[in-house]
Amino acid sequence: MVERATRAKIAEPEARLPEGVELPTWERRHVLDLDDFSRREIEQVIETADAMKEVLGREIRRVPTLRGTIVATLFYETSTRTRSSFELAAKALGADVVSVAAAASSVQKGESLVDSARTLQAIGANILVIRHRQSGAPYLVAGHVDMSVINAGDGWHAHPTQGLLDAYTIQHHLGDLRGKKVVIVGDILHGRVARSNIWGLTTMGAQVVLCGPSTLLPWGLRPGYRGNEDKALPPVEVDTNLDRAIEGADVVMVLRLQLERQQAGLLPSMREYIRLYQVNEERLARARPNAPVMHPGPINEGIEVSPAVAHGARSVIEEQVANGVAVRMALLYLLAKGR
Amino acid sequence: MMANKESIGIRGGRILDPGRGVDLVGDVLIREGRIAAVGPDVAAEAERVIDARGLIVCPGLVDIHCHLREPGFEHKETIETGTQAAARGGFTTVCCMANTEPPIDSRASVEHILRTAGAQGAVRVLPIGCITRGRQGKELAEMGELAEAGVVGLSDDGSPVADASLMRHALEYASAFDLAIIEHCEEQSISHEGVMHEGWVSNRLGLRGIPSAAEDAAVARNIDLAEFATAHLHVAHVSTRESVELIRRAKERGVHVTAEVTPHHLTLTDEAVMLAATESPGGLAYDTNAKVSPPLRPRADVDACIAGLADGTIDAIATDHAPHAIEDKLCEFDFAAFGISGFETALASCLTLAGDVGAHGAPLQLPVLIERLTSGPVRALGLERFVPGLGSLAEGAPGDVLVFDPEAEWVVDPERFVSKGKNTPLAGRTLKGRVVATVYGGRPVFVEEGVAQQA
Repeated sequence: MVERATRAKIAEPEARLPEGVELPTWERRHVLDLDDFSRREIEQVIETADAMKEVLGREIRRVPTLRGTIVATLFYETSTRTRSSFELAAKALGADVVSVAAAASSVQKGESLVDSARTLQAIGANILVIRHRQSGAPYLVAGHVDMSVINAGDGWHAHPTQGLLDAYTIQHHLGDLRGKKVVIVGDILHGRVARSNIWGLTTMGAQVVLCGPSTLLPWGLRPGYRGNEDKALPPVEVDTNLDRAIEGADVVMVLRLQLERQQAGLLPSMREYIRLYQVNEERLARARPNAPVMHPGPINEGIEVSPAVAHGARSVIEEQVANGVAVRMALLYLLAKGR
Repeated sequence: MMANKESIGIRGGRILDPGRGVDLVGDVLIREGRIAAVGPDVAAEAERVIDARGLIVCPGLVDIHCHLREPGFEHKETIETGTQAAARGGFTTVCCMANTEPPIDSRASVEHILRTAGAQGAVRVLPIGCITRGRQGKELAEMGELAEAGVVGLSDDGSPVADASLMRHALEYASAFDLAIIEHCEEQSISHEGVMHEGWVSNRLGLRGIPSAAEDAAVARNIDLAEFATAHLHVAHVSTRESVELIRRAKERGVHVTAEVTPHHLTLTDEAVMLAATESPGGLAYDTNAKVSPPLRPRADVDACIAGLADGTIDAIATDHAPHAIEDKLCEFDFAAFGISGFETALASCLTLAGDVGAHGAPLQLPVLIERLTSGPVRALGLERFVPGLGSLAEGAPGDVLVFDPEAEWVVDPERFVSKGKNTPLAGRTLKGRVVATVYGGRPVFVEEGVAQQA
């Protein structure tokens, strides 16, 4: 009796999530991109993430809410921050985590993606977090398993959890996103972060401006080529001149420039890219005072962003990383406990 | 194959033989494997009669571009299954592409195909030989020997001939044997590693694009080379508006250029990659069954292809039947094989364009459509000299006849395909127009269940 009471006492502070997140109405099974998220759903993720942030601020950063749930991470592309962010999020909710890295798995033995996912389902995984170099891979998996699938980044296509943590971070700094000008600078063409942010931010009412060299701006976003169907990307502004685009920005989001773009003939030189597209203090001065500077990481310091800006007072880059855990906890929680 | 001694009458259908301007209601009589008569009541004396009242009767369809996969890829298709699928789709003559393993670049390979087709084929198989040895794009294949062995055209299909000088020489050399160079026009330094048409859909899906310019540039180059070499260029599977226009202008100034278009480039757009007939998680299909080379293009290109077909700029509809195994398509979009299994949906797909002014304003009369599936392809590659009378119902022509119901609706179920290749983006879609009977050399090689036949 004494023993049980003691255990109960220890368990007590862990057991509770804050008020208000106990019974979510959440009908979504997969998180594949933000294109099919409503404003209300994004708000719900943000509200739930607030509660999760409170948990992460506690002395014992763990609740048993998802005890018995198995979260599997299947990463076909190396990633430090996204993967550890998901794993920490799952563990903070008491879930068990199974991690499969492509290099160490049967991928090498020719096992197909669908088979690999089904194997994880067979060992009991409830939620599959997948990152893949090929666009659309998480959709293929979602069509062939009963688990919930979270897209942790697929090719050039989407990175919805990054988009959600970015929306969360911006809202934390600016409040309501409606009417806010968010400038996304860099390689839009190959950018899954940019694509998911276009959906997430426009759904939240922000005005999105994409800026980069013409060779890194996709055709489909140039005027006249957008396609007028419901399924096309939402309207955004496109500008090749950063000094003009950044004028009056409420948020400056910088994307990583893959160094191989120069070899592929898309850029003349890093020198020229830095000259025209680096976010530095001089350029940042054109944005609104206190406009946060964001970056999904990892940063090529001195290329797309100057060290002074990356580590300056307006940089919220580390905050994005911290918010990532809370947002992913919120998603895992909603997927496992919702409905 | 052995001609059927039994005489067959096809009674009471609307007979369309567009190559000869025939459009009448009547009978077709086939005797000893050949067309014996066309007209009112000529079927009365036949030993076997197919009732075609209310149906369309036309020459067996001729497909100048397909992949039978044998030898080398028998798990995808064989000459036996491929020709059975062709028969099911109304085709009685198919020209098989050279990208087998080994490729069709020697007499032995041609003879192997002809022998296998003779023994196991349900319909006539006319092989196409390679342009370059091993399809490597380095040196010319022995075109003289290939011609003697019986190829009806030359192509490295799937791999364009990248080197412009080699292409020039291929055109010049082939012209001595009256063989067309059938070119897969693609400038690969532009298409690079693209997997679908470059446009708003590829951007939306984050897939690497293949710009229209990759095809246009190659078509322009090859037309110029054919003009210079006074040789016959046949442009395979045209898919862009600019290509159609380049071919139109070349024909106007007398260049010997012919062209074909596939049923899928006439009826589907690049949106098929994004949206399948069945519901997909997240609303995006990433449908690998819609991955094809050249890629499906936007509406404006599709409309230009239809207009080109209507005005004769494009001579023929060719299926580019490209069967694949399940595992070739059940994978990441980037890794999936290119190609659509097309024999069994080709006619019905095309029939959606025929009749009145199409939904998108491109008129294509039924006789014109049938012409592009029969005498059009025969004319394009000059197949008449290999098989006299091919693609027509002239007296003495091969007893190859198709009977179809232009109004019958059916739902595409790939599991019911005769082809080993179940890879179609049309799964679950309703098509109108159904093959009722296919007669090859006076022998019914496909007859729909329940069709009235009197012996």
